[in-house]
Amino acid sequence: MRAVANDEKSEFDTLAFFCLLPSLLYVLCMFVYPFLYGVYLSLQPQKVGGFSFANYLTFFSDPYQYGTIWITFSLAIPTTIVVLLLALWLAYGMRRGIFMERTVTTILIMPISLGVILLSEGILGFYGSQGWFNQVLLGLGLIKEPFILTHNYAGVMLALFMQQFPFCFLMLLGYISGIDPSLERSARMLGATPSVVFRRVMLPLIAPGLAIAFALVFVMSFAVFPSAIMLGQPAGTTRTISIAAYQKAFEQYDMSAASAIAVVMGLCQLAALLVIILFRRRLSPAATMGVGKR
Amino acid sequence: MDSLKLGITKRYGNKTVLHNLELDIRKGEFVTFLGPSGCGKSTALSIVAGLIAATEGEIRLNGTRVDHLPPEKRAFGMVFQNYALFPHMTVFDNVSFGLTLKPLSKDEIKKRTDAMLKLVQLTGYEERYPGQLSGGQQQRVAIARALVLHPRLMLFDEPLSNLDAKLRVEMRAEIKQIHAALGLTSIYVTHDQAEALSLSDRIVVLRNGILMQSGTPQEIHDRPKNVFVADFMGFRNFFKVRIASVSNGIAEGVGDGIRIRARAGADVRADVDMVMAIRPDDIRAGGEVVSGAEDVSGRVEVVEYLGREQEAAIRINDNTRVWLRTAEAIRTADTIGLQFPVDKVVLLPAE
Repeated sequence: MRAVANDEKSEFDTLAFFCLLPSLLYVLCMFVYPFLYGVYLSLQPQKVGGFSFANYLTFFSDPYQYGTIWITFSLAIPTTIVVLLLALWLAYGMRRGIFMERTVTTILIMPISLGVILLSEGILGFYGSQGWFNQVLLGLGLIKEPFILTHNYAGVMLALFMQQFPFCFLMLLGYISGIDPSLERSARMLGATPSVVFRRVMLPLIAPGLAIAFALVFVMSFAVFPSAIMLGQPAGTTRTISIAAYQKAFEQYDMSAASAIAVVMGLCQLAALLVIILFRRRLSPAATMGVGKR
Repeated sequence: MDSLKLGITKRYGNKTVLHNLELDIRKGEFVTFLGPSGCGKSTALSIVAGLIAATEGEIRLNGTRVDHLPPEKRAFGMVFQNYALFPHMTVFDNVSFGLTLKPLSKDEIKKRTDAMLKLVQLTGYEERYPGQLSGGQQQRVAIARALVLHPRLMLFDEPLSNLDAKLRVEMRAEIKQIHAALGLTSIYVTHDQAEALSLSDRIVVLRNGILMQSGTPQEIHDRPKNVFVADFMGFRNFFKVRIASVSNGIAEGVGDGIRIRARAGADVRADVDMVMAIRPDDIRAGGEVVSGAEDVSGRVEVVEYLGREQEAAIRINDNTRVWLRTAEAIRTADTIGLQFPVDKVVLLPAE
């Protein structure tokens, strides 16, 4: 029986192929081709003829350019960690429902619906040195000098936090409330205090969700562009790698060099994802067993 | 543990789900909360466990109040309906979880865990994950995990209802054996009357948060105190009657086209409306004469085949149908004579 089934599987299934065709075409046209074309482009420098790594060599020999990798990491990693910890704390606290839950959730996820630009404008207005935030604190006499929270590193962090937090919170809330509540109860009955329950029972079960959330938030933060320009210092402390690519492409009209920077950026994101996956495997090997699904 | 004394009330808003449930449980006793879903039995258990708080009342263990203690401080063991094993831990880690929270050496933990796994016949499964075990094995791990801590009180929340019928009967025997062997004191929650009868020293029947009757399995089974308990314990025939006479401890009830006699307590008076009930398998069918039995006859409407026996609905008159269980051959549309043995009829207050 089994051999027959295997034979059937190895045969080419025409119907399945035609059903798959639209999505296959979509992936080829919208993802695989642009990606490969970008890689191809990056290997054909405009100044020199033929294939070469000249674009990459130029990028990695200029501190002004390769420095953007460090700048981007130093924005993306702390943002991701802060977002993740706060979202975990809040979602864990709300796992069994709270008073006025719908209202609270709506307020928390509101920033998603506003869009990056409006959000950035809002942050500029509210947290700027003439904004309400500083005016109120100055008016109350709590501070002498306004906090400088815009057009610097802090401004970009703030914007990234507000963009990423709702996604991360919703994702973790869904993940955590999906964990069987009787696990927690049974741990309590076995003598575990709430903190032991969190550390030894809940955290290992949440770990896969945390890893996914980390990966998504990190990748989105790493690609930060509009808020780095609007709320940051795009020529200096917050010149992220995407700004470097943008300048190459649309200020110096060197598509080839821009592609090379984009490829470097993609590799950085990939590297971070790999670290997360490996870390998660070591952290809780059994979490791959699934949460009560087997 | 020597004794557990309960007196608890639970309200959600203005809905009372538990009306001052009072209970004394002695050391070594196996007490079952029995009732349909929504009767408050699981709520009562969760309050004893400390997983939810009572609105009013107290719980005393050997005279000391424990109702303000969080569950982890009560040292009670609990077995859940869905097993609630930690999916990311092996069988060994699940069973030793509670021990690792105590100041015990690794050797001591291993020794006690191994001994407990042996007791529940799971030696050799230490490195498996819960997802790799059958339902019965998972429930044995859950029981072992609680027992290894020598709980002062064991709480079972419908532990067998996720198992198939055959396994349920086997596990039932295992639980009873473990309870006796380890000298446990247990509270068990179920909606299954057979489970309650076979396991318990005492059964507490609940309905809408109110205690309907509490007693030994024999008392609950043979002498239910009200229609609800009788219905729950398998009485299927209920007749509204007016007591016509009481003499020599026998009451005669007259209902709709039916006359039945039952043993009556001293408090039963004539001219009072009551309910008489009898189990389908206590009714005698056919021409056999039983002294003191009233004869009625009717036409067989439905016959359900149950294997060794069959259960039949017999139409006595327009308003009354009697359920009979018998090993004799019965066919639909037969006319059949019925006798209600006076010792088998119970007399219940009208609702």
